[in-house]
Amino acid sequence: MRVVVQEAPFDFGVEAAAFAEGRAVSGAVVTFTGIVRDVDGGLQAMEIEHYPGMTESALTDIAAEAKTRWSLEDALVIHRHGRLEVGEMIMMVATAARHRKDAFEAAEFLMDYLKSRAPFWKREVTADGADWVAARDEDEDALTRW
Amino acid sequence: MDVLYFAWVRERIGIPREAVETQAGTVMDLVEELRGKEERYAAAFADISALRVAVDQQLTDFDASLSGAREVAFFPPMTGG
Repeated sequence: MRVVVQEAPFDFGVEAAAFAEGRAVSGAVVTFTGIVRDVDGGLQAMEIEHYPGMTESALTDIAAEAKTRWSLEDALVIHRHGRLEVGEMIMMVATAARHRKDAFEAAEFLMDYLKSRAPFWKREVTADGADWVAARDEDEDALTRW
Repeated sequence: MDVLYFAWVRERIGIPREAVETQAGTVMDLVEELRGKEERYAAAFADISALRVAVDQQLTDFDASLSGAREVAFFPPMTGG
């Protein structure tokens, strides 16, 4: 299990390949990557603030919880902070399991939980200024299905 | 005790962290003390349903005890991912 919180970009291809490499027990590896998207055509950048120390421990707790709920061999979470341009990768998760159902479900669980339970705050920078992104009720509701 | 603020809570109060001398027994007691300090604190803590709190880096509730706590953080709902 590996949790990485960093400002620098990560190489998705290298990370995904390294995660999948040398698996013998796991027949399934699932990856998800989040990318800064420009919904309304005016986004200049995304700024992500976090709580150093708590971020790492919260992500580690969420990954450990996933391992108790699904038959996971391994999990990886990488999440960036700082200023990101449109099109840049914000984060990725990867899960390795014997069967794909566990790998897919655990990856979705990780995504749902790190959206609402890991201390990150996004701010959208546009020509009009910068605004904090409000948490969405749907994101909180998504947790109830687990 | 160290009190930390993040995102718009940090902006509204104007500082990211401060050392606070307090005898507050619960998070809510601390909020009441902070509200009484200055208008910017009262504004930031006007609606605690819009806030989340962590004690020693663990998410908790506003009625949580501060017994033995070293660090309390206030912030809006998280928006990771």
